[in-house]
Amino acid sequence: MYIGKVSGTVVATIKNSLYEGHKLLIVDRLGLDGAVQKKYWIAVDLVQAGVGDTVLILDEGNSARQLVGREPDGAIRAVVVGIVDEVDLVA
Amino acid sequence: MQLARVIGTLVATRKCQGLEGVKFLIVQPLDRNQQPDGQPVVAADGTAQAGPGELVFIIASREAALALPEKFVPVDHAIVGIVDEVDVKSVSGGFAHSPRPR
Repeated sequence: MYIGKVSGTVVATIKNSLYEGHKLLIVDRLGLDGAVQKKYWIAVDLVQAGVGDTVLILDEGNSARQLVGREPDGAIRAVVVGIVDEVDLVA
Repeated sequence: MQLARVIGTLVATRKCQGLEGVKFLIVQPLDRNQQPDGQPVVAADGTAQAGPGELVFIIASREAALALPEKFVPVDHAIVGIVDEVDVKSVSGGFAHSPRPR
């Protein structure tokens, strides 16, 4: 899983039916120094996150499909699975 | 999933089993600011409605095949949505939540 920051939203009318009813968020990856990195995801939101939130990103298809719970063979991979309250790095 | 711009089409008459009827488009992956990022790739059209010039989002790896009507076909990038609107704000780094931009 990865730490990310929500920077935007994507609206699409024509899309895979699996995403219907969920927000699609643009999430920038954060490094452990907190810096925004080049990598980003368009992720399916499962936790009502919004722009500006620090979130936990899951980027693995089997787990994502389990979470969405429909269609065991749906095309889904990146999912926002949590809103990060605190990151504490030792040393 | 990543943003991409459809920049062309591709036709292949001889192809592997499972790819019959699959529409191939050439897409240029984009960064979050819709600037080209990396080399263009050939993607199967999972929406069946995308065309050149359109802003779409693509899914890669194993999940790409799952975007097509017939699953488990030899495909590694697929278009899974046609973008109506992208709204990207500039947010600051750091682990603290940024204020919600208006």
